[in-house]
Amino acid sequence: MADVTNNMQRSSPAHASGPKPRRIFSRNNIVIYGILVVLAVYYLLPFYVMLMTSLKGLPEIRMGSIFAPPMEVTFEPWHKAWSTVCTGLNCDGLSRGFWNSIKITVPSVFFSIAVASVNGYALSMWRFKGANVFFTILIIGAFIPYQVMIYPIVILLREIGLYGDLGGLVLVHTIFGMPILTLLFRNYFSSVPEELFKAARVDGARFWTIYFKIMLPMAVPIFVVAVILQTTAIWNDFLFGVIFTRPDNYPMTVQLNNIVNSVTGVKEYNVNMAATLLSGVVPLTIYFLSGKLFVRGIAAGAVKG
Amino acid sequence: MSQSGKPTGLFKNLSAKIAAIPMVLTALVVFVGCSVWTIVYSFTNSRLLPSTKWVGLDQYERLWGTRRWLISIENLAIYGILMLILALVLGFLLAALIDQKIRFEDGFRTIFLYPYALSFIVTGLVWQWLLNPEFGIQNAVRSLGFESFTFDPLYNTNTVLYGVLIAGLWHTSGLVMCLMLAGLRGIDEDVWKATKIDGIPAWKTYLLVVIPMMRPVFITTLVLITSAIIKLYDLVIAQTGGGPGLASEVPAKFVFDMMFVSQNLAQGFAASSMMLVAVIVVIIPWAYLEFGGKKHG
Repeated sequence: MADVTNNMQRSSPAHASGPKPRRIFSRNNIVIYGILVVLAVYYLLPFYVMLMTSLKGLPEIRMGSIFAPPMEVTFEPWHKAWSTVCTGLNCDGLSRGFWNSIKITVPSVFFSIAVASVNGYALSMWRFKGANVFFTILIIGAFIPYQVMIYPIVILLREIGLYGDLGGLVLVHTIFGMPILTLLFRNYFSSVPEELFKAARVDGARFWTIYFKIMLPMAVPIFVVAVILQTTAIWNDFLFGVIFTRPDNYPMTVQLNNIVNSVTGVKEYNVNMAATLLSGVVPLTIYFLSGKLFVRGIAAGAVKG
Repeated sequence: MSQSGKPTGLFKNLSAKIAAIPMVLTALVVFVGCSVWTIVYSFTNSRLLPSTKWVGLDQYERLWGTRRWLISIENLAIYGILMLILALVLGFLLAALIDQKIRFEDGFRTIFLYPYALSFIVTGLVWQWLLNPEFGIQNAVRSLGFESFTFDPLYNTNTVLYGVLIAGLWHTSGLVMCLMLAGLRGIDEDVWKATKIDGIPAWKTYLLVVIPMMRPVFITTLVLITSAIIKLYDLVIAQTGGGPGLASEVPAKFVFDMMFVSQNLAQGFAASSMMLVAVIVVIIPWAYLEFGGKKHG
């Protein structure tokens, strides 16, 4: 047996799993790292170009290559993008969109997760007749193109006086976040040992007690994952922002697109790129801080579903 | 229900039913109700405002006679098929490479996934600049001395979709990699040991053993990407605005413009209903297999 293992370790090192020697300069490794580095360039290039261009002055952009680092670093484009660039009648820069996005994202994340976590918990532990029917509709609903539902939602929101209001947009985000979040929480709570749940019920604990006292503390990691997913998704939303808010309340994505794709005036590439980077700061920060949790969330939500 | 630890009867799950009200409302009012509303009104002559004047299938006849709609459908089909194939291939390749016990695994993974954290608007704008011939990659390569180098997919009717595809792939493939990597890591080491003992080459093991074992991951990924593809809208808006001409129009944009720009509501309703039909044809069989056919435990 030891012999077999030895043999295996010596044979070709291309296999993914299983023990193998850590020889760095084998031919296989050179190929692997080569491909990885080439691909990494494809992924990093846009970010690099954005950053470099945003630090250059306009004359330098016209002269030089996009790949060249700035000869003279200037933060003027960043300043202009944040506080003075114009969209429509407003000339107070992207900062307006930034605060709008905050005002939209924070309550949307909170409500969508609160509703979906309770729902996922009910679906996994308190199964009742018909629950699966609604759950199936919910999951299928996630695939209905938004365009099919948008106009009636506009009418409904207008009826209850929330159309154009931030509250309406929060409601819309809560509704459309429900399928994926419910799936995420349902899968998570399904993996909780049933004995735990049964023991709590034997002790007389009811629905909400079990949720707040046992499940909620246990599920902190999945809540963090949900917050990461939702914050990113809502911050990056464009379509709902365009439809359900007034220009004064436009989220950052919409404002960014209006700034950059406006046809009037000279194209200030450096300001545009600074603006683009600015609107990516929040999701990128979340991503880099949460790193593995982001990944784990994607895996947890998806693989079991 | 207070007599024993095991409550029985109709009310045993009352709290759960209350907790599920938002789900029920979302499912019935929004997902079913609003969809049905749109379908019903697609048979009317609504223009600026919804109208109840029934015109039968007129809107659909007009829709399928509209050049812009036909182009949109064709574009989405081409984009969708290529995107599915390339995202799966690239995502799996990345995952398999990263799974080779490499160094800097976290670094590479961070690099491949970060575009997914950015919005489609950001993605579209960045690639609009990179693919801009006067300013982007073409110009940079030309300035290196390759004067005749041409790379301007966004300015050519025939290639603009591939330009959008490059951006879409940049955004999404990291996600696919993540899902695939989770799938690969979920495979028992013994499988690899067994195939090694039998002397089966690695690529064959991937193809014949590992990928079939990862069927659930592939299905999940497929469904996730497909739903993202059908919603394709922001990326096109930011990157090409549908142009040049109509060359990168997509159905979602057609619907939006009909409803909110051209004040041609019923055309928008008819078009979105057609999108729904397309989704149903793809999704229902899958949903039946995944959720209806077998009981979840």
